[in-house]
Amino acid sequence: MTADDIAFLAQLLRRRSGMLLGQPRPEHIESRLGPVMRRFGFRDMAALIAELRHGRDALARAVTEAMTTNETSFFRDRAHFELFRETLLPGLIERRTATRRLRIWCAACAAGQEAYSIAMILDDFKLAAKGWSVDLIATDINSDMIARAEQGLYSHFEVQRGLPIRRLVDHFLQEGSSWRVGENLRRMVTFRPFNLLDSFGWLDDIDVVFCRNVLMYLDHKAKLGVLDKMSEVLSADGYLLLGPVETALGLTSDFEPAFDAPGVYGKARHAMLRAASG
Amino acid sequence: MKSCLVVDDSRVIRKVACRILSDLGFATAEAEDGVTALEACRVNMPEMILLDWSMPNMTGIEFLRALRRERSGDKPIVVFCTTENDVAHITEALGAGANEYIMKPFDREIIEAKLAEVGLA
Repeated sequence: MTADDIAFLAQLLRRRSGMLLGQPRPEHIESRLGPVMRRFGFRDMAALIAELRHGRDALARAVTEAMTTNETSFFRDRAHFELFRETLLPGLIERRTATRRLRIWCAACAAGQEAYSIAMILDDFKLAAKGWSVDLIATDINSDMIARAEQGLYSHFEVQRGLPIRRLVDHFLQEGSSWRVGENLRRMVTFRPFNLLDSFGWLDDIDVVFCRNVLMYLDHKAKLGVLDKMSEVLSADGYLLLGPVETALGLTSDFEPAFDAPGVYGKARHAMLRAASG
Repeated sequence: MKSCLVVDDSRVIRKVACRILSDLGFATAEAEDGVTALEACRVNMPEMILLDWSMPNMTGIEFLRALRRERSGDKPIVVFCTTENDVAHITEALGAGANEYIMKPFDREIIEAKLAEVGLA
């Protein structure tokens, strides 16, 4: 790949997903795009890039999806899940007894491990049996990842990273050397492909947004846009969870740190009042 | 320094596991079956035991049951590390007092994840 090809690709990714390509090695890009090249029947990377320059939308979408990072594991950043289980969720349940309704959004769910981790914690509380309506929405820009997440089938290695053995036995069924998430948990999650640069109009009144390890890959403008829209859709007393090394500070005044936990935010007072009045 | 007894009848597995655990800051010792492991525990109870299932003389599950009856035998964190990867074996191990379970084949990342799970990372 030429430097010009890489610059073109960087521009395309930024426009379509807000993602910064950084300074990757050409072989890294080629390894990511190899499957796309084969799927679309291109002879080599030069042919793929040439077609991309003609603005073929399906190809541009596939390239964008292939370049996203999908690194994840069950209960990744354990402290966040402990806080969610021990503090955030019990507090929300107490404050929502009148409506008995909770809405949780996992905004970049990759192959689904984060969404199913949340579902396991929700299942601990047996809210459905107590008459609660709980929406767990999980989205990702990568439609292949969404398809994998819906299948809920994980390798021997994937289920051994972050997933306590008791949860594996309680919530998964063995299929050969792989493990499939049980029907009960799969029914709890609604997966959907979604680009965070698009309108959040279909989302509202979300109680907790998990958007972890996403902003770090976005350019400044995309970060601002995503945080603004998240503030709009988050309920007045809801929470935003970013990655432990990510921050909303300096980007928006709508959020302020909560519970002294890295990456955990509640709405600032002015944003709470705006949400409550709107 | 945290201590771990690696119990496995395969010399290769013991060597690989000990190397990973040493890199992660553990003082390691080895035993090739349950009988030897039980004797080692009576002399010096480790903080953690990485335990194979199928071994000659005394199997992993027999060892675990015997260990939990020993004085201070409730102290070590016991993590099975075995090719017995079905739900029935896992359930039996947890019922006998295992704290975690590693399904072979394993790698360093899995051992690290399981150590975090049992609070020994």
